[in-house]
Amino acid sequence: MLPLKDILVVDLSQFLSAPSATLRLADLGARVIKVERPETGDICRQLYVSNVMLNGESSVFRAINRNKESFQADLKTEDDKNKVLKLIAKADVLVHNFRPGVIERLGLDYDTVKAINPSIVYGEISGYGSEGPWAKKPGQDLLLQSLSGVTWLSGNADKGPVPMGIAIADILAGSHLAQGILAALVKRIKSNTGSKVSVSMLESILDFQFETITTYYHDGGEPTVRTASNNAHAYLGAPYGVYETQNGHLALAMGAIPVLGELLSCKALTEYPEPDSWFTQRDEIKDILAKHLQAQSTEHWLSILEPADIWCADVLSWDKLFAHDGFKALQMIQNVKMGDGFEYQTTRCPIKIDGEYLTSSLGSPSIGEHTAKILSEL
Amino acid sequence: MSNAKPLEGMLVLEFCQFLAGPSAGLRLADLGARVIKIERPNHGEAGRQIAIKNLRVDGSSLVFHTLNRNKESYAANLKDADDLERVKALIARADVMTHNFRPGVMEKIGLDYDTVKAINPKLVYATVTGYGTVGPWSAKPGQDLLVQCMSGLANLSGDKEDGPTPFGLAVADIVTGSHMVHGILAALLRCAKTQKGAMVEVSLLESMLDFQFEVITTYLNDGNKLPERAAQGSGHAYLSAPYGVYATKDSHISLAMGSFDTLVELLNADELKGYSEAETFTKRDEIMAILRDILSTKTTQEWLDIFEPAGIWSSAVFDYEQLLNHEAYKVLQMDQKLSLDTGEQIHTTRCPIRLNDEKIFAPKPAPRVGQDTDAITKEFNL
Repeated sequence: MLPLKDILVVDLSQFLSAPSATLRLADLGARVIKVERPETGDICRQLYVSNVMLNGESSVFRAINRNKESFQADLKTEDDKNKVLKLIAKADVLVHNFRPGVIERLGLDYDTVKAINPSIVYGEISGYGSEGPWAKKPGQDLLLQSLSGVTWLSGNADKGPVPMGIAIADILAGSHLAQGILAALVKRIKSNTGSKVSVSMLESILDFQFETITTYYHDGGEPTVRTASNNAHAYLGAPYGVYETQNGHLALAMGAIPVLGELLSCKALTEYPEPDSWFTQRDEIKDILAKHLQAQSTEHWLSILEPADIWCADVLSWDKLFAHDGFKALQMIQNVKMGDGFEYQTTRCPIKIDGEYLTSSLGSPSIGEHTAKILSEL
Repeated sequence: MSNAKPLEGMLVLEFCQFLAGPSAGLRLADLGARVIKIERPNHGEAGRQIAIKNLRVDGSSLVFHTLNRNKESYAANLKDADDLERVKALIARADVMTHNFRPGVMEKIGLDYDTVKAINPKLVYATVTGYGTVGPWSAKPGQDLLVQCMSGLANLSGDKEDGPTPFGLAVADIVTGSHMVHGILAALLRCAKTQKGAMVEVSLLESMLDFQFEVITTYLNDGNKLPERAAQGSGHAYLSAPYGVYATKDSHISLAMGSFDTLVELLNADELKGYSEAETFTKRDEIMAILRDILSTKTTQEWLDIFEPAGIWSSAVFDYEQLLNHEAYKVLQMDQKLSLDTGEQIHTTRCPIRLNDEKIFAPKPAPRVGQDTDAITKEFNL
């Protein structure tokens, strides 16, 4: 039995953050109904990446909204709103990610909803929380990354800000929202009371940096310094980084520098016996390593380092990864099918329960695809 | 009851080390669970020795303190028969146990799921591995940077001519820990209904693939085109111009989205007028190069004053000094201070989730190895 069987989620959210949370709930067994406005629906339907269209809409929308139903409603009309309120009365969870103030204007704020359904778990995501000078700013991933300090962590010292190339603030906030909702559902079983769960993209991306922000507080506010070359973590010593080889790249995580020197026949490295120097002199150590590793192939270095239990890996592109037995064994790709028969490939839920993968063959819905069916249930 | 934390009354035993598993335990603790770390005597978990910037407090790394605050520590040698019996007695009373040993280790110790299920059928048993328990990689060390590099993630950040550019934080560990919490909480919900426990498994590799689900779905359906980063200032390999970061006269600005035509109009840039919205992806590098020239002529604030009122999504680029001293950060009260028994303080962050509009503060510092062994032995009659 899927763990969230019989849980009904009414999802008023769009884009990525909160919809990624309801995708997780859906894969864990909940029934998720997206409430979408007529014609445009979730704006993410038109948010193209790489100009790729999948059965008429963006591939990103197709990835985030599989395994969900769509109920079309214009929340600004009385009639449609009443239908949605009926749905909310039956729901276990409601999710939205409107900017602060909008949900109150729509008359679907927590106090109103709680009066209709006292045991509901009400989840919301904002960009920056509801207080403070940034509360009304658009909660967009790159802007959040830029304000949060995270752009100074990746890339080399001379690069300027380097954003992380995935919508990380969205995904983390969605993940935290799912955690809060699940915890509130656990509480509801014992106490039969609902909860409001609030997450902001800013707090989520600050939490992501708990190590480095704590370090900043602790070291008296020293600036973040990335290594001159081969940076992979601004706060870690050598060899931590990715190095060019004769035919590709090699990732090196940990390993005592003199031991690496012996294994790689790189005498210069044996001159750093003191572990603290692997951090304080990391630029020069990385420089020595970078020059030395260029001389041979990735496979050559792996064949020496792996048997010696040095943490290292090849750097793969998706084509190489997907062709590898290590990837195939995970069965990470699933086929899903839309209501009109269109099929596409996407990833599955990363969690395994009782030895089983959580998969679902249901593709993303068209706008209002399930309106009539849901109305007949009301 | 309504103000009680949601997981109050839950007992979690954490056999995890390093980052992924302990970060899951920390979240459960902040949500109200009682989390007891089971650590080997004297040295404790190996994460106590993994320091960043060589920073250590009271014998353990600063990172360890941040990940293991709000927990207790029970010292036990799992290879000692008496200790193992006591731990089993504790497991019999627990709701959740977590571990991140490599496949096979818990079987040898005798704390694998089948054995433990016989002691406590309602237990949620959660594991985190590097690459799952099947396939040729299952014995490989599951480490953050390696998984970033093997999962393709390192090819998404940085510019076209840069080598692979990893995310400069332990993103695989953190995201996987987060997924582990999802699985554990979902299993606890089911257990409340069915009185049956569960085995929950996550791995760094699967979690990093899930993390890339949007772009991997695009790759799977666009004829397997590999990602191409923009030539300079790349913000996302799959997004059109202007998405990225640009140098200004005094610092940097990031530009996300908004109407391209509006942007061209605001900049009053003849060089950009020849490009259509549809070309913002195919001619991204050309457009971004022109933008770079224009944006370098004014300060960040001057540009923001032009862009923000016009609805162009744009932002200054802050470092920690600018952010942590900003009113918008302070108003969140995202930080808290932990007071150690030694009198030292650790200034760190809090749980990012708010419940019923209340922030969750939990300033109990991380335990020393075995700090709570005696009290736990007594309490549970071990």
